[in-house]
Amino acid sequence: MLIFEKSRKGRGCDVLPECDVKTVLPSDANMRKEELHLPEVSEPEISRHYSELARKSHGVNDGFYPLGSCTMKYNPRVNEEAASLCGFTDIHPLQPEETVQGCMEVLKTAEAYLCEITGMDNMTFQPAAGAHGEFTGLLLMKAYHESRNDGGRRKIIVPDSAHGTNPASAAMAEYSVVTVPSGEDGCVDIEKLKEAAGDDVAGIMLTNPNTLGLFDRNILEITEIIHGCGGLCYYDGANLNAVMGITRPGDMGFDIVHLNLHKTFSTPHGGGGPGSGPVGCKKFLSEFLPSFLVKGEDKLTFEKPSRSIGEVKSFYGNFTVVVKALTYILTLGREGIKDAAENAVLNANYMMAKLKDIYPMACRGFCMHEFVMSLSQLKKETGMTAMDIAKGLLDHGIHPPTMYFPLIVDEALMAEPTETESKETIDEAAAVFRELFETARTSPELLHQAPVKTLVTRLDEVKAARHPVLRYR
Amino acid sequence: MGKYTPNGENERREMLEVIGAGALEELFSDIPSQVRAGELEGLPEGASELEVMRRMKKTADKNRVFPTVFRGAGAYRHYIPAMVKNVISKENFQTAYTPYQAEISQGILQSIFEYQTMICDITGMDVSNASVYDGASAAAEAVSMCRERKRNKALVSAAVNPYAVETIKTYCFGNGMELEIVPVRDGVTDTGYIRDHMDESVACVLIQSPNYYGNIERAEEAGEIAHAGGAKFIMSVNPISLGVLKSPGELGADIAVGEGQPLGLPLSFGGPYLGFMACREKLMRKLPGRIVGQTEDHKGRTGYVLTLQAREQHIRREKASSNICSNQALCALAAGVYLSVMGNEGLKKAAVQCMSKAHYLAEGLESIGFTVENKGEFFHEFVTASSKDSDEALRRLEDAGILGGYPLGDGRLLWCCTELNTREEMDKVIGILKEV
Repeated sequence: MLIFEKSRKGRGCDVLPECDVKTVLPSDANMRKEELHLPEVSEPEISRHYSELARKSHGVNDGFYPLGSCTMKYNPRVNEEAASLCGFTDIHPLQPEETVQGCMEVLKTAEAYLCEITGMDNMTFQPAAGAHGEFTGLLLMKAYHESRNDGGRRKIIVPDSAHGTNPASAAMAEYSVVTVPSGEDGCVDIEKLKEAAGDDVAGIMLTNPNTLGLFDRNILEITEIIHGCGGLCYYDGANLNAVMGITRPGDMGFDIVHLNLHKTFSTPHGGGGPGSGPVGCKKFLSEFLPSFLVKGEDKLTFEKPSRSIGEVKSFYGNFTVVVKALTYILTLGREGIKDAAENAVLNANYMMAKLKDIYPMACRGFCMHEFVMSLSQLKKETGMTAMDIAKGLLDHGIHPPTMYFPLIVDEALMAEPTETESKETIDEAAAVFRELFETARTSPELLHQAPVKTLVTRLDEVKAARHPVLRYR
Repeated sequence: MGKYTPNGENERREMLEVIGAGALEELFSDIPSQVRAGELEGLPEGASELEVMRRMKKTADKNRVFPTVFRGAGAYRHYIPAMVKNVISKENFQTAYTPYQAEISQGILQSIFEYQTMICDITGMDVSNASVYDGASAAAEAVSMCRERKRNKALVSAAVNPYAVETIKTYCFGNGMELEIVPVRDGVTDTGYIRDHMDESVACVLIQSPNYYGNIERAEEAGEIAHAGGAKFIMSVNPISLGVLKSPGELGADIAVGEGQPLGLPLSFGGPYLGFMACREKLMRKLPGRIVGQTEDHKGRTGYVLTLQAREQHIRREKASSNICSNQALCALAAGVYLSVMGNEGLKKAAVQCMSKAHYLAEGLESIGFTVENKGEFFHEFVTASSKDSDEALRRLEDAGILGGYPLGDGRLLWCCTELNTREEMDKVIGILKEV
């Protein structure tokens, strides 16, 4: 039941005292006439309402969450504790610099550590999410080329396995997107890349390991080809969890990097945000960064980069999310960061090994932190789809892998177990996957109805889109 | 060192055996040796939970928390009901992903549906999205969504919050839209200028009311001019003010945006905040971001899903209405809880108190020689000018634990009052500044 349906005239909570000064109201011309229809509900009912909604939600703490490319790892509790210190939460963003030295230290330290991990020289924390970081990174490219009177470069190269945000971000920066196909091995087709490279190319956006879970071993050649034609190389950090502490985008030849602190650095996803998408770059691009950089040793100061692209949002980004990520890095340290990546890759390979005899994998050999299964054969034989298997998992309390992505794999399920899962959890999940495969072959009608144990069964998305009901009336 | 990896040496060995790898190193054999990183010298050694908390506490203590705040300028300190923090700390909400798997995400989806309803209600709009990053990016997204093939120019008031103006400027640098800043006269947008610069290339007019200086704009007039010229009218508003001030819907806006932080989110040095964004039904399919819709399952039970996804990047890629993917869902949840707890009367009460207290302080400051620049009606912010040394004035207040108005230069200060400011605090400010 919606909270509005629980509303009864006259109920509510008593939050504020009476006003202690003379009441001033707007003139009649400016006064609101339209009635408000916010819920009028008592505090116990509100409390119960949200407990009920919480019960109807599924977080990382509710079960295995192998959602590919999303890195649904455990969100450490100490991060939340640090981020809720009043010395962080009660600070106004426009306080005098000398009264916010602690916040500035957080930004400066996080910048130093994340630059060390990525091989970049400077980093801005202003972008609020990965896609926002991509947009910011592309504007750095644009500003750089324009500063060299080379603004005629209008193309961004994106491999066909890329995240959907990459082309969408390129379009927001008014670039046209050139898609390069993947080769037989699932990696960038070098010959096709050479054909696409030219003096009209602003740069390339790449994630490595790619969305098939493969590390592109030609990475140095790729970045060289792009640099050779005068373009810049952008690293989509969505998959950094596989390689942090092991290899650095900066050493692979990338000039710009965005990170997803809500993936790799363990801050919670919050049901879709707030995230944080810091953007790092090599020295020659630092002058274009948005927002401020923190300078100084004992007394920290904010410095605006000299040819800044401007602001991409208010203030300094999702600050307390950065606090959480910094807490995580301080906890793990240099050995723990590497250990996390190693275990992420180990867990993914283990899960893949437990499934590959029945679920065809999109690639041969080892994977990095995630792997992609293709259910096209199963679909041909039984009519059961990736969607059916995914929905079947819901009845077992497992969040399904990412479905129908990457686009280059038919009936794809992309699984990323992350390093924070135990062998037993993966064993149990693998058993469920195998059971569902069996069900698909023996009693497909059962699977087609799944999920049946959830509060609602499959929802009519077509109806939702054709006859949109987007608010309660 | 702290770590969050359950598997020990034994399990790791067993797992490698199943995988068929001799050593962990084999799994990384695709990574060329030239790009292998050495020890990351710049990172510290790992540490225990207690050590890390001590360190973070020490860092937090280097900040100064002002018990009394009279500064807004885009970030507002309001009372946050206890329920808000309690709800957003629930792990099922906090640790969930975007609710793509609707069957196990009904709670989050319903909370967003309720949030959308509340945003539509307070703004007087038909459709709301599930939130964007903050007020500034909401304004920039709103400007972008008005762009048409032949209408490529945005007229944006100079009295819009500077961060929003700068963000719009950056988005326009990206997408090639033309931006023209409308000057301010006597603290409000010069509507005559809009009228004179209205032509067929104008896609939208954006004003903020109450504006950056706290003044209530002549919004209806701005909207009429925009519409007469065939352009869209966007209003940026403070959500608390909507408890008492006319809504964008009542004022004829096509799109309403704003900074949602006042709805239950702490100052947090600037983020995470919440951008709300709502529009008329005819613009529904141009609205960026996630949108939740109501539908039913196979058995006819009501349920909620992410809908109208044909607008979005994962479907449309380079043809999407925006690249937005993550939004500020947990902040939207906080706003929903805040509005539920406050209710109609509570929101009105907060709004009236903000306005009343700002007027009390303004009068008090005037009585000791400050000039209040606001000529017309203002909400909870106002600007003072004075021959007094404003740096000295702010310093004296800081010594007393008070964060005073935001310095705009030339001795001008932008003050803000909310329901949190007591009469006693305001009398104290007046007493201290009298001596400067």
